[in-house]
Amino acid sequence: MINIELLVIGGGPAGLSAGIAAGKCGVKTIVVDENPLPGGQLFKQIHKFFGSKEHKAGTRGYKIGEQLLNEVDQDGVEVYLNTRVWGIFDNNIVGILKDGKTQKVKAQKIILATGASENAIAFKGSTLPGIMTAGAAQTFINVHRVLPGKKILMIGTGNVGLITSYQLMQAGAEVVGVVEASQNVGGYDVHANKLRRAGIPIYLGHTVIEAKGDIEVDGAIIAPVDEKFKVDKSKSFLIDCDTICFAVGLTPRIELAQMVNAPIIYMSTLGGYLPIHDNRLKITEDIFIAGDISGVEEASTAMEEGSLAGVAVAMELGKLDKNKGVKEIEEIYKRLAKLRSGQFGSKRASAKEEIIKKQMEMKGGFK
Amino acid sequence: MRIKHHPILGEITEKKIVVIYVDGKKIEAIEGEPIAAALLAAGIRIFRKTIKTAEPRGLYCGIGQCNDCIMEVNGVSNVRTCVTLVEDGMVVKTQVGKGKGGDLDDKY
Ligand SMILES: Cc1cc2nc3c(=O)[nH]c(=O)nc-3n(C[C@H](O)[C@H](O)[C@H](O)COP(=O)(O)OP(=O)(O)OC[C@H]3O[C@@H](n4cnc5c(N)ncnc54)[C@H](O)[C@@H]3O)c2cc1C
Repeated sequence: MINIELLVIGGGPAGLSAGIAAGKCGVKTIVVDENPLPGGQLFKQIHKFFGSKEHKAGTRGYKIGEQLLNEVDQDGVEVYLNTRVWGIFDNNIVGILKDGKTQKVKAQKIILATGASENAIAFKGSTLPGIMTAGAAQTFINVHRVLPGKKILMIGTGNVGLITSYQLMQAGAEVVGVVEASQNVGGYDVHANKLRRAGIPIYLGHTVIEAKGDIEVDGAIIAPVDEKFKVDKSKSFLIDCDTICFAVGLTPRIELAQMVNAPIIYMSTLGGYLPIHDNRLKITEDIFIAGDISGVEEASTAMEEGSLAGVAVAMELGKLDKNKGVKEIEEIYKRLAKLRSGQFGSKRASAKEEIIKKQMEMKGGFK
Repeated sequence: MRIKHHPILGEITEKKIVVIYVDGKKIEAIEGEPIAAALLAAGIRIFRKTIKTAEPRGLYCGIGQCNDCIMEVNGVSNVRTCVTLVEDGMVVKTQVGKGKGGDLDDKY
């Protein structure tokens, strides 16, 4: 059995930032990730990030991943790759699968930074080969450098759908259209305008009702939907394509939190069911969360939350002076407030406040 | 299709080319890439047939979460081809249902 002070599960922006923050304070930390490459979703992001300098704006996603990795290394944090956590048991015993073997890790504190998984929608033919998540397409073009198809139809105009469409074009695919059930584009206008300038049609108020093809996709039937999402099949038409991508939202990966019986809450603005946490991202006596698992946001917020959880753990383990820690957390909250402002951000800010309020109302504190 | 030139990522760098056998057919692959990448590059998108209705399935999530891309690899069933890396001479087969190779559990 491996004994460690802090085990961080997930090596995306949240997990790596948590490792860095805790490692800096001298907390003996291991970060595990099931992938051969750390960085979580960052490794497929080849575009420059928005926001402010302190959140690495202007830097391409995968470069941010590399920077975080370097820092983790310098802080003496161990990173186990190809290592999947399959369970958390009593007394903070964690089951990991590494090199094909199961091992036990006993950790004084645990941070769950497992991210989110991509949503799907169902229609006739929606399981045909050639239909995949936008993230799959993005991973294969940007990391493995293989096109998933030649003529691509994207479903969803959130930032993931818009950015992935543009990147598919950059990679040499033809994007035949982007379909969006709502009457408005979900993501930032800058991203949508890039597609519009390239002449890619964005079908607002439409959805895919059927994928054509016997053994692989060779077309999609789309139809208009009204404000109440009622489909008008009489106005449906066929779009020629060999690939359909889903960019229809993310759901927090909360299985491990459920395994430790953390109370769960439903928050639609944050992606669905997620563990209730306090203002230090704590969900049980020894377990913390950070990043998309605590509500789907962005890489910048995931990094801040990771730092917050790392600092909170260092304080609890007595590796960081209480006053200093409290100050650092205040600073992190100031930066988070900036990130959680504006049209989309303010909704996330109030959802986050609601969760913390719920936690304070819970009787008996942490288990 | 491989993306040889890319406006941001640049040219594809020199990689070691190996061969793998897919349902008996020899295809070129790059050592260390996921099996699924080699298959897509060769234009193969049907990876398995489902257990009850033999419906075709292929790459879906691309990061090892969903298990839709599983195939028989070197005689082992249920191998996630999106996260299992190519080695020279690998034998890959379309998986039908649970496959014939037994599970990973039998091996370890
Ligand atoms: C396709 C896609 C594109 C996106 N594009 C952007 C973008 O351009 N900009 C942006 O700001 N945000 C983007 N996001 C949002 C993104 O989710 C966040 O920015 C950020 O990656 C969240 O960080 P995280 O560390 O919480 O999770 P992740 O980056 O998802 O990292 C979590 C890691 O934990 C690992 N893990 C999970 N469970 C286990 C387990 N049991 N054992 C071991 N390892 C485990 C996962 O494999 C993963 O590597 C995108 C998301 C997706 C899906």
